[in-house]
Amino acid sequence: MTVHETRSGLILPKYASDDASHPPLDSGEYRSSALRHPKQPLQYLPQHLTEVTGPLLGQDRCGELDHDLTVQHDGEPLGERIIVSGKVLDSSGKPVPNTLVEIWQANSAGRYLHQGDRHPAPLDPNFSGTGRCMTDSEGNYRFITIKPGAYPWRNHDNAWRPAHIHFSLFGQAFTQRLITQMYFPGDPLFYQDPIFNSVRDEKARERMVSRFDLDSTVPEWALSYKWDIVLRGPEATVFEDEEEEEDD
Amino acid sequence: MRAPATTPSQTVGPFYALPQGILWDDGPDVVPDDREGAFVLHGVLRDGNGDPVPDGVIEIWQADEQGRFDHPDDPRPEASGWQGFGRCGTDGEGRFWFRTVKPGPLPTPDGETEAPHIDVTVLARGMLNRVVTRVYFPDEAANSTDPVLATVPAERRDTLLGVSDERGLRFDIRLQGDGETVFFAV
Ligand SMILES: [Fe+3]
Repeated sequence: MTVHETRSGLILPKYASDDASHPPLDSGEYRSSALRHPKQPLQYLPQHLTEVTGPLLGQDRCGELDHDLTVQHDGEPLGERIIVSGKVLDSSGKPVPNTLVEIWQANSAGRYLHQGDRHPAPLDPNFSGTGRCMTDSEGNYRFITIKPGAYPWRNHDNAWRPAHIHFSLFGQAFTQRLITQMYFPGDPLFYQDPIFNSVRDEKARERMVSRFDLDSTVPEWALSYKWDIVLRGPEATVFEDEEEEEDD
Repeated sequence: MRAPATTPSQTVGPFYALPQGILWDDGPDVVPDDREGAFVLHGVLRDGNGDPVPDGVIEIWQADEQGRFDHPDDPRPEASGWQGFGRCGTDGEGRFWFRTVKPGPLPTPDGETEAPHIDVTVLARGMLNRVVTRVYFPDEAANSTDPVLATVPAERRDTLLGVSDERGLRFDIRLQGDGETVFFAV
């Protein structure tokens, strides 16, 4: 972590800005954003003690089977069984160990177990659609679930959400809090989805799309998708002899 | 090695409140009700029309009564086991609440002192990223020298001040429009 010597002797980490990754709060095509974005400019909040600390939520928030969304009921949920796994990192490339990852999603028919969901697709008595786990000492997380279905919504004429899993991450600091969605590769619904496309930068949008990975499938049991999640990290320091490395 | 860029934020969506999901039963309880000084922090989340937001999530994070955190990046003596975190979904009328204690003042790296405050994250359907604000306490002398409040235009500062009432401290959040709450880039 980058540290800064200070007058009071209090030395705190400094998290880099990552504004370029994020969608604007005011995103016209996503209609619900119209009345829910501040119009006044954001005020500057220095990263002091409250901001560089954050809840370190422990294993006590996770039951042993909470990472497996297919075993929460008497029977197995319908749908395509998948493994979703990857690493939680910060933007310096450092893994974020022992951090809580929470997910929620629609069932394989595209229906949430939520009374507000009016999509006339069947509920699945064997699927609630919520899970959580802690990353391990190398920042790895892993869930077993079923592939969620696409679902319609009323944003625009014949609007459908691409299949997605909602993710909630805490990292180690208030500055690192992230709520996002994981998408599936090659989804034909991307082009018409204003939530996915609210992220203006194509490269940034790609960072929300998981990768199919044959190597981590379990033969005759489950397909597998890999998705790394990158939280804000320390402000960049300039390295001599910077080396380029291919990630994949 | 090239540093990876961060994953973009997306909305929490309208259907986050699933059974056994992110709204823990004890989410609003930052402290147990028998902790000395415990009070209720509560308010209503409203949109640009002034209508309640029934599908929002409010999270808070704060120091303990002595202004301590139990965290590896707090270089001072730690408050053992203190996790000043709360999470509450808004109800049909946009209301949220927490049971917490008033945090102590905090030193800054510049040698100043921050008045007691609670950091707040607001999430909702329609919000593609969270917004961040702070709750300050009314009648707190240290507010006048708080380095963050000092940067906020005087006419908007009161949107960051809780209001004492019979339940505890009221802190309404207005996402947009008349009396828009001051939000921060952190
Ligand atoms: Fe969704």
